Amino acid sequence: MNEIIGYIFIGIGLAFDFFGCLGLIRLPDVYNRLQASTKCVTLGTCSILFGLFLFKGFTASGIKALLCILFIILTAPVSAHALSRGAHSSGVKLWDKSVCDMYAEDKKYKA
Amino acid sequence: MRKSHIILFIFLILMWLFVTWPTDLQHLIVGILVCGFVSFMIGDMFVKRPHVFKHLSRYLWFLYYIPLFIWECIKANLDVAYRVAHPDLPINPGIVKVKTDLKSDTALTFLANSITLTPGTMSVDIDAEKGYLYIHWINVKDKDIHKATEIIVARFEKILKRIFD
Repeated sequence: MNEIIGYIFIGIGLAFDFFGCLGLIRLPDVYNRLQASTKCVTLGTCSILFGLFLFKGFTASGIKALLCILFIILTAPVSAHALSRGAHSSGVKLWDKSVCDMYAEDKKYKA
Repeated sequence: MRKSHIILFIFLILMWLFVTWPTDLQHLIVGILVCGFVSFMIGDMFVKRPHVFKHLSRYLWFLYYIPLFIWECIKANLDVAYRVAHPDLPINPGIVKVKTDLKSDTALTFLANSITLTPGTMSVDIDAEKGYLYIHWINVKDKDIHKATEIIVARFEKILKRIFD
């Protein structure tokens, strides 16, 4: 039974990872791409790891899979934040059809 | 030994026990020695306000926060998958500014992380002194600072305030 549920979780994870990679190709600029890759790849990878945990149970590798979920959830948003902030401060423009950029306005006002 | 040392030691030893899961005496002894040394050296750099660990209600709110967070995370993924798979790419991106009342570093970090993993939003920068967050929104519904705050921040802010502030 556990193995069947594990397979389902791994399948869902693979699907979300696929959508993340698709977003990386299709979306127009750095920030949108970061959105797609961060969200989908985080949950997709966590889902795959959780499926692995269901396979292995509370053994050495199962517990390590759970720890990996914790660390991915803690670190993936931070790296996306750092990348987007770095991109903005080194002058990467938003997409042409973007609605507003209050961050650039505020930075101009400060400087 | 101060309280912050002991709290850090507990965190470290729990992490060590999970990493070396089928635990035995050798692992335990090495873990206690190393964790004791590390927490003695860097004790109050991480745990600045040890008294907040005593409040039981914070842990209960944290338990309530986890399923909420997972639910929002799943919604975010379905949202992004829909936008990516749609032939017309229905996106409307922009960077908006929102305001937050949270003060402590931990609470701000958790708020920024939660915003990044929830539907359509990603935190770009933070101005901790004035309490502003700059957020990249994949589908801008409202440019006004107060309405954007209501839509993006409000649902987490109340809970995070009870957990960390």
